[in-house]
Amino acid sequence: MTSTKYWAAVNAAIAEEMERDESIFFVGQDIGAAGGPFGATRGLMDRFGPDRVRDTPISEQAMVALGTGAAMTGTRPIVEIMYMDFALLALDQLVNQAAKMRFMSGGHYRVPLTVVTMVAAHTESGPQHSQSFETWLGQVPGLNVVWPSNAADAKGLLKTAIRSDDPVVFIESLSAWRTTADVPEGEVVIPIGVARVARPGSDVTIVAVGGAVAIAERGADQLAERGLSAEVIDLRSVSPLDETTVISSVRKTGALLVVQEGPSPFGIGDRVVSVVCRNDPRLLRVRPIILAPPFSPTPFAPDLERSFYPGPHDVVKAVETMTGALQ
Amino acid sequence: MAELDFDRRTRMLNAMVLIRVFEERMQALFAENQLAGFLHLSIGQEATAVGVCEALETTDYIVTTHRGHGHIIAKGGNVDAMVAELFARETGSCRGVGGSMHLTDPEAGVLCANAIVGASIGLATGAAFSSQFTGSGGVAVAFFGDGAANQGIFHESLNLAALWSLPVVFICENNMYAEMSRQSSQSLVSDIALRSIAYGMPGVTVDGNDVDAVLAVTQSAVSRAREGDGPTLIECKTYRTSGHFEGDQQTYKPAVEVATWSARDPIASFVARYPDLDLARANAVASRRVEGAIEFARESQPATTADLAWLTYADARREGAST
Repeated sequence: MTSTKYWAAVNAAIAEEMERDESIFFVGQDIGAAGGPFGATRGLMDRFGPDRVRDTPISEQAMVALGTGAAMTGTRPIVEIMYMDFALLALDQLVNQAAKMRFMSGGHYRVPLTVVTMVAAHTESGPQHSQSFETWLGQVPGLNVVWPSNAADAKGLLKTAIRSDDPVVFIESLSAWRTTADVPEGEVVIPIGVARVARPGSDVTIVAVGGAVAIAERGADQLAERGLSAEVIDLRSVSPLDETTVISSVRKTGALLVVQEGPSPFGIGDRVVSVVCRNDPRLLRVRPIILAPPFSPTPFAPDLERSFYPGPHDVVKAVETMTGALQ
Repeated sequence: MAELDFDRRTRMLNAMVLIRVFEERMQALFAENQLAGFLHLSIGQEATAVGVCEALETTDYIVTTHRGHGHIIAKGGNVDAMVAELFARETGSCRGVGGSMHLTDPEAGVLCANAIVGASIGLATGAAFSSQFTGSGGVAVAFFGDGAANQGIFHESLNLAALWSLPVVFICENNMYAEMSRQSSQSLVSDIALRSIAYGMPGVTVDGNDVDAVLAVTQSAVSRAREGDGPTLIECKTYRTSGHFEGDQQTYKPAVEVATWSARDPIASFVARYPDLDLARANAVASRRVEGAIEFARESQPATTADLAWLTYADARREGAST
């Protein structure tokens, strides 16, 4: 175990996989000579050479199309899209091409493509550099969507994503960039579609993914000081979604709170509540709560952004509302 | 232009005629409601398909469009599987789940057909990247129309392919119509090959109804790509004498234009140039092949069940996890 920063875990996963498999190449904007806009890819071009680690023009469509065509013809591409907001420019490639190539070919092709992108919520980045579209992509048959909250999961999930024979969208959180976690050296592979119980508890289930997990955990800390035991589930994977872990936690607690960075409608909270209710509506002893930002673009002003995303105090308030309703 | 040897021109005639017979037969079956979905034919454009593919090896890749039957046949695609797919049979190229716009033939080097205008350009660029990366010596060809030249993916891909000297040949079939709108209503620049200047790659405009000419320019572009000198944009000026899709009334086409281009039919012109070619025999061979494929399709199981989960993901998704 080594205490590792989130970005360094991403770097290690890519380096170890490229070392292991010569069919892997890595393309993106500023990933080579510059070492990544936030340093996550530093050293990779020096280590693997400019044929395997290449800077691209600012051409998201062509980058993902290149990755898709290359993945169908014997290589294993990693394509980095700097911010998830920019992935919108490549939606045709992700949704109509990468996701459907296997299907449309009657199952002939495999598309071992990893698209790495980043959500920069909580970083004063404003309306076009803060968005998360995990549930948009989670609606697309043929894609897998994962979003690690910590360094250990970042390494394990990215290695799995790269090894997958299907397209995987791997989302990073800039808000977690400099957080550290104990990460096993070398082989650490986390299956896609397996949630993690980040913190066991018995009074309420708090579900989150990506950057919202840290909020849920800090809220759980504060709840513990008030004598309330929250179980925090880190989904890790949006598609497929680990229904079993969520349901078994709610079966135990009878109370469900979802914390998210994305907008509320059709978001991950709606999805999780639906999973629980459709399994057995009697599992919930109190109505579920979804904590999501207001339905507006992300404001830039630091004070406005701070109150825009749900914080630990919102978690505490929501859980107290739920437990109050139970008394 | 060097005269083609007899075997080669016979092979090219046979391929053009096979495409024509295939498409006219599918046109008739579609009119009789025997085929489902949409059908986009390339009648009149056969010289482009055959001229380009004659310059390729089986191991080279092509990526084509919604109007791709001709390209796939020219590349040596399995006609039985193509017809079976159009008949929505389990034995079809895509097991019945793709249809006419998604035909594929990996063994013949056909990566895929694609129903999104311009998509072939980016995918072929990716296949060319693989060839360069693995050092296979393969070349990739993107077929697309004049309409696709106005898509963003055209600009992004050509820039990237030139920048990285990728072994790809961009074949723009300028049939003068983007679906049902005249090319002149879509862009002020009528010669799409001129755009190559913007990317630092060679561009050439060729008579797309002259199969010899198409072959010659493609051969140079393919050699250039194979030698590591990068991509070429080839614009083949041609004409679709059929509609955008079957059922299209084509009211937007002036009668004189149709007559002019019909008189420049690529098959008739080729036979006129080489009187030793046997068109009747080519027609007979093609008819036998297409009728055989129709029989194969009719005898095949309709695609009524399919393992959709397996078709969607190569890796089994985890139990207890769902979307």
